[in-house]
Amino acid sequence: MKTQVATIQWRKVTKNWVWYVLLVLLAAFFFIPFWWMIATSFKTYSEVYTKQYSLIPTSFNFDNYREVFNALPFGVYLWNTIKVSSLVIIGTLTTSSMAAYAFARLRFKGRDVLFFLYLATLMIPRQVVLIPNFIIFRELGLLDTHWSLILSGIFTAYGTFLLRQFFLSIPKELEEAAVIDGYGYWARFVHIIIPLSNAALTTLLIITLLAIWNEYLYALVFLQSDVNRTLTLGIALLRGDFDVKWNQVMAATLISIAPIVLVYLSAQRYFVEGIALTGVKG
Amino acid sequence: MEAHPTSYSMITHQRLRSMKLTMKHGEGLAAFLFLLPNILGFLLFSMIPTLASFGISFLDWGLLNSPSFIGFTNYRELFTDDVFWLALKNTASYSFIKVPLNLMLSLLLAILLNKQLHGRNFFRSIAFLPSVCSSVAVALIWTPLLESSENGLINHVLSLLGINVIPFLVSPFWAMPSVILVGLWKELGYFMVIFLAGLQGIPRSYYEAASIDGANSRDVFFHITIPLISPTTFFALTTSLIGSFQIFDLTSVLTKGGPANATNTLVMYIYQNGFQFFRMGYASALSLILFITIFIITLVQNHYSDKWVFN
Repeated sequence: MKTQVATIQWRKVTKNWVWYVLLVLLAAFFFIPFWWMIATSFKTYSEVYTKQYSLIPTSFNFDNYREVFNALPFGVYLWNTIKVSSLVIIGTLTTSSMAAYAFARLRFKGRDVLFFLYLATLMIPRQVVLIPNFIIFRELGLLDTHWSLILSGIFTAYGTFLLRQFFLSIPKELEEAAVIDGYGYWARFVHIIIPLSNAALTTLLIITLLAIWNEYLYALVFLQSDVNRTLTLGIALLRGDFDVKWNQVMAATLISIAPIVLVYLSAQRYFVEGIALTGVKG
Repeated sequence: MEAHPTSYSMITHQRLRSMKLTMKHGEGLAAFLFLLPNILGFLLFSMIPTLASFGISFLDWGLLNSPSFIGFTNYRELFTDDVFWLALKNTASYSFIKVPLNLMLSLLLAILLNKQLHGRNFFRSIAFLPSVCSSVAVALIWTPLLESSENGLINHVLSLLGINVIPFLVSPFWAMPSVILVGLWKELGYFMVIFLAGLQGIPRSYYEAASIDGANSRDVFFHITIPLISPTTFFALTTSLIGSFQIFDLTSVLTKGGPANATNTLVMYIYQNGFQFFRMGYASALSLILFITIFIITLVQNHYSDKWVFN
C-alpha cells in the first residue's frame, strides 16, 4: 500500500519534472547571492582575492565579524533602528486608524474635500517633500535627531486610505447596536472597529516596518553623527571608493539584514498575507 | 453585542432617529479630535512642504545665504542641463525596461508556484527574501558578484563558458542593465506574492469549464488567467512604475550614478543638487519635474486602463 502511494507520488513528480527543474534554477538565482555573501563573510582577505571559487569557505573564521564589530557600533545602529521603527509603527497605526475612522464613519463639514486632498498626496513622491522637510527640521532644531526620521515617517496618506477602505467594509449594524448600549465614538472605535481590523492593521504594520527599517535617503539627509545612524545608513557608508574589503563588508551586510530576515522567517504568514491584501483591494 | 439581540429589535425607528439627532451634535467635535493628530502631521510634513517645494523652486537658495527670488531661471536652466536630461532618460529607461520584465516574470513565477508542487512554500519564501532586505544591502550583496574581473563570481562563471570579462558596473553600456538585473532580483518575489493573491482569487469553476470545453493550457492562460488577473496586473503596474521612477538607493550604492552619469537618476540628481551642491531652488525644480512625470504616468495609465482591465 505504502509503496503504491509512493509510486503514485513519484509519478506525479516525474510528470512535472520540467517544473521542478525550473524551480531549482529559480531557487538558485534567488539564493546564490545570499549564500555568496555568507561564504565571503567567513573568508580571509587572501581567500577572497585568489581565484579559488569555493562555495564553502576553507575555514569558518569569525575575524571579519570581530573587525567589523570593532570598527562600527552595530549595537547602537541596531538600537537606533529598532527605536525609530517602533515609534514610526506605533505612530502610523494610531494616527491613521483614528483619521480613517473619522473618514469612514463620521459626518462632518468638508469631509469629502479633505479626503480628496489625502488622495491627491498619495501621488506625491516622498522625494518631492525632502527639501522642505529638511528645512523644517533645521528650523525646529531636529536635524541629526531621530525625531526627524520618526516625524517624517509617521504621517502617510496611504495608511489612512488603506484603513478607511477596510473600515467601510465593516457592517454599520455592529456599531448601531453598540450605540444603544451607550458606547461613545471612542469606545466603538476601540472595542468594535479595531478588533475587527486585524488584517488591515497587520498589512499597514508590515508595509511600515519594511519601509522605515530599510529607509536610506531620509536617513542619509537627516542624520549626520555616527551615534545616530541606522543599520541601513551605517552599512551604506562602508562602500568607500578605495580598497573595499569585501569579506568585511559582507559580514557587516549580513549583520544588518539578520534582524529583519529573522522577523520575516518567524512571521512569514503575516508578511505574505499582508502584502497580498494590498493587491487585492487595489 | 450578542447579549442584546432582542433589545435592538425592540427599539422603534423613531427612537433610533432621535438618538441619532442627539449624537449629531458631538459628531463634528469627535471627527475633529479623531483627525487632529494625523492632520497636524499631514499638514506640516506633507501638504505644506508640497506647496513650499513649488515656492522654493523659484528661489536661488544655498541654505547659508538668504534666499532670493529668481523667477523661472531654475526651470530655464533645466532645458540646457545635459545631466538632467540624462538622469531623466536613465530613470525612464530603467523603469520602462524593468517594469514589463518584472510583471511578466513575477506573473510566471506566481503561476509556477501556484501549481501543486512539492516544497512550493519553501521556494516562495526564498523568492520573497530579497524583498525584506534594504536596497542598500541588496546592492552591497551584488557588487562583488558583478565585479569586472574574474574575481567577480558572474564573470568567473562566464569565463568557464569561454566568455570574456564583462565590465558590468564600470562601463556606461553595461551599468544600467546590471542595475535592472539587481532591481528585478529584489522585486520579483514581492510582485509574485501580489500575483499569487490575484490568481487565487480566480474562481476554479472558470478553469473547470474551460477544461470541459477542451481548451488547451495556452488558451486558458490567454483567455482566462490574463483577463481575470488584469486588476492585479494594473495594481502591480502602477506600484512598480511609480516605485521605479523613485530609484535612488540601489544606484547610489551599486554604481554611485556612474560611470559618467550612466546610472544617474532623477532622485539622485535631486539629492546631489540639494545636499552636495546646496542648490535648494534647483533641487526643488527637479523634484517638481519628478512629481509631474509620475502624475502624467498615473493619468495615462488610468486613461487606458478600461481598455484592458477587466472588472
